[in-house]
Amino acid sequence: MTDVIRLADAADAARLVALGLRPKQRPARDLLYADLVRRYQQDPLFEELVEAVAAGMGLAVLAVTAQSGAVLAAMTDSVFEVKIDDYARRTQLRDRQLEKTLHGLIHIAVAALAFPRPDDLASDTYVGRVVVDYVDQVVREACRKLEDRARAAEENHDPLEGAPALERAWRVYARRAEAASTRDGRQAANTTRAMISKALKFLTDQGFLHQMSEDGGGTFRTTSRYQIQVRELAADSAFDELLRLGVISTVSPTGTLRTSDEKKPESARV
Amino acid sequence: MSEIALQTIDQVTVAMDFDRGAGQDVIVSRLVPYIAVQVPGRDGAEYERVARWVIDNLINVGSLDRGFRAIYGVLGSDGGYRRLSFDFKLLIEQVSAEGDVYLRASDEAINVLVGALDTDVESAQIAAEVKLENLIKRGRLSDAQLAAEQARYRTVQYAEVLRRKLDATRRDVRAVDWLHEVPDLIAEALTHIAARYRAENAILENIARARDEADDPDRKRRAAHLVDIVRDCIRRHTQLQARLQMAGEVFRTEQDRQQFSGPPQRATVDLFGQLLVPVLGLPIGEAGDATSAFFRCVAGAGPVIVPRLSNLVDMLLSPARERDPLGEPVPEPELAPLPDPDRFDPALWDLAEQLLDLPAVPRRLSGLLAEARTLDPDLPHLIALAALHAVSPAIGTAIRQSDQYVLLAVDDGQPLSDPQFGGADLLVCSAWLDLAEQSSVPAPRAPMVGSVTV
Repeated sequence: MTDVIRLADAADAARLVALGLRPKQRPARDLLYADLVRRYQQDPLFEELVEAVAAGMGLAVLAVTAQSGAVLAAMTDSVFEVKIDDYARRTQLRDRQLEKTLHGLIHIAVAALAFPRPDDLASDTYVGRVVVDYVDQVVREACRKLEDRARAAEENHDPLEGAPALERAWRVYARRAEAASTRDGRQAANTTRAMISKALKFLTDQGFLHQMSEDGGGTFRTTSRYQIQVRELAADSAFDELLRLGVISTVSPTGTLRTSDEKKPESARV
Repeated sequence: MSEIALQTIDQVTVAMDFDRGAGQDVIVSRLVPYIAVQVPGRDGAEYERVARWVIDNLINVGSLDRGFRAIYGVLGSDGGYRRLSFDFKLLIEQVSAEGDVYLRASDEAINVLVGALDTDVESAQIAAEVKLENLIKRGRLSDAQLAAEQARYRTVQYAEVLRRKLDATRRDVRAVDWLHEVPDLIAEALTHIAARYRAENAILENIARARDEADDPDRKRRAAHLVDIVRDCIRRHTQLQARLQMAGEVFRTEQDRQQFSGPPQRATVDLFGQLLVPVLGLPIGEAGDATSAFFRCVAGAGPVIVPRLSNLVDMLLSPARERDPLGEPVPEPELAPLPDPDRFDPALWDLAEQLLDLPAVPRRLSGLLAEARTLDPDLPHLIALAALHAVSPAIGTAIRQSDQYVLLAVDDGQPLSDPQFGGADLLVCSAWLDLAEQSSVPAPRAPMVGSVTV
């Protein structure tokens, strides 16, 4: 491409963005898509053009690779933004805030299980596995540790009766039933397992996960799109929020998802 | 109701083992006898309804969290009075590997049974054992049974704690201290099992002796029940031990896999330690910001649905599709098994009946067969079978059906000469049934041996 941008180039740039909006489209399956990806990688001017087109539509280009295609993220207030209010729409108004938080929490937990160590998130070749059962267990395990810690500190975390918003998140999650059957024998929708299933189905529809089997309530593997999305954007933005609240500590590269620092059974209390 | 509730928790606890708990239906069926004892003489369906009601209330179906909340007040550090809420559950619903929902009793519920809040499992178990042994020695079996049941609750509780640890272990091995901590843990658990196994076997021997020596049937029965309980304890320990051995295997495989992962490549956020745990530690009101931020970015770009005017008009003008809330009626197929094809058609049966109507004089089978052959080629076969059947007629059935007569065949030693059949040339005769005396006349004089070979 020369230094002059022609109409055809603008059309191509917009086409690459449009393909990026179709999460199930892959460069490997589409010659035109693969061509555009190659052009993006080799032609700096085209790259700038694509980014400008995307930015104009309220999208950020996170990465364009032959494996994942164009990975786009919606910027705040973009028309393409998926709002958590829409996602958790069916909940009752009274508990809307609480349910929204739980749904978001589950999405963090899914990402944490898919990429347990910082290494895994960083390595482009890593493929994570997510199982509905395990997500629930990991969060409950974390809740239990926080409970142990609170008990060791002899804090009383029982919430004030009039101020439910001050209750700690781990208590809310731990209290929520893991599973419940409705009258007609289905799973109730407001249990943690049902919410996790919903999250994984949603991510699959968005082209971030790929269902492998029904084992353990549903086993999924991650796609490179998901890894890029989490690594380049989601983790950082949530991290910034926590920094703002001042609750972040630094860690070693091996990660902190571990279970061995618990008490031994003979000293365990019931 | 409260008695049934306690009984429910008891049943769920007993049914709980290492892997799973009890299905609701099983618990209901176990509860029904107890409810029936309380209010005898009611409908079985009503007992079942009561059982389900109690279970539903113990789960607290209908509340969002399926649990209970009690409000209590404390004096805060600043001297002010604060009302706090305490949340607890009694029965918990969980999902098995097969996807069924089953029940487990919570620690709080088990504690209600044991009658001791916040008890150390290990020491409580030792205490229960010592108590049990003493009681058995002194021959007080009813107390011993209570103590043995308590010991079993402890065992279940202990298995529950270990189950959680093992679950956690299987989930993530990466950062576990493989060198000291885990082997220590397993070794301790195994030592514990060995000790328990010895103790329980000794107890078992004692009770078995008590059972065999007891004269009083009631004591014998109770001792036998006690033996069952202790056996159950031993079974649970064996199960626990198998689990412990498997855990080591999982560790080794996982460790091998982990060893070959490469060095860190670039700096990223530790999702678990730096995001999930801090967020869980926040008050629920504040955690919303971080989770929303994460969700917004991880959800990717959603397609925007833009209506096209022509489509929109079509859509608005098309009549609403009527939809039955129940869906299409499912046609009930009428499934009847195909009738076995008759070997002989009804006309043939009629002919045979006419031929075998022999009220006065008995006839030889050979004669009957010859006559039948003139009527129909298939008829001799039916006649031969009927005659064979008549050698030992079902008189009892005939009397029950109020039949007038039965066909009787007697072998008098004459051989049958026939082109199709061989055997004895039976004497065939219709015998009237004298229903008033409940016996058949005439009584057969010849012994009923002989046969027709077809």
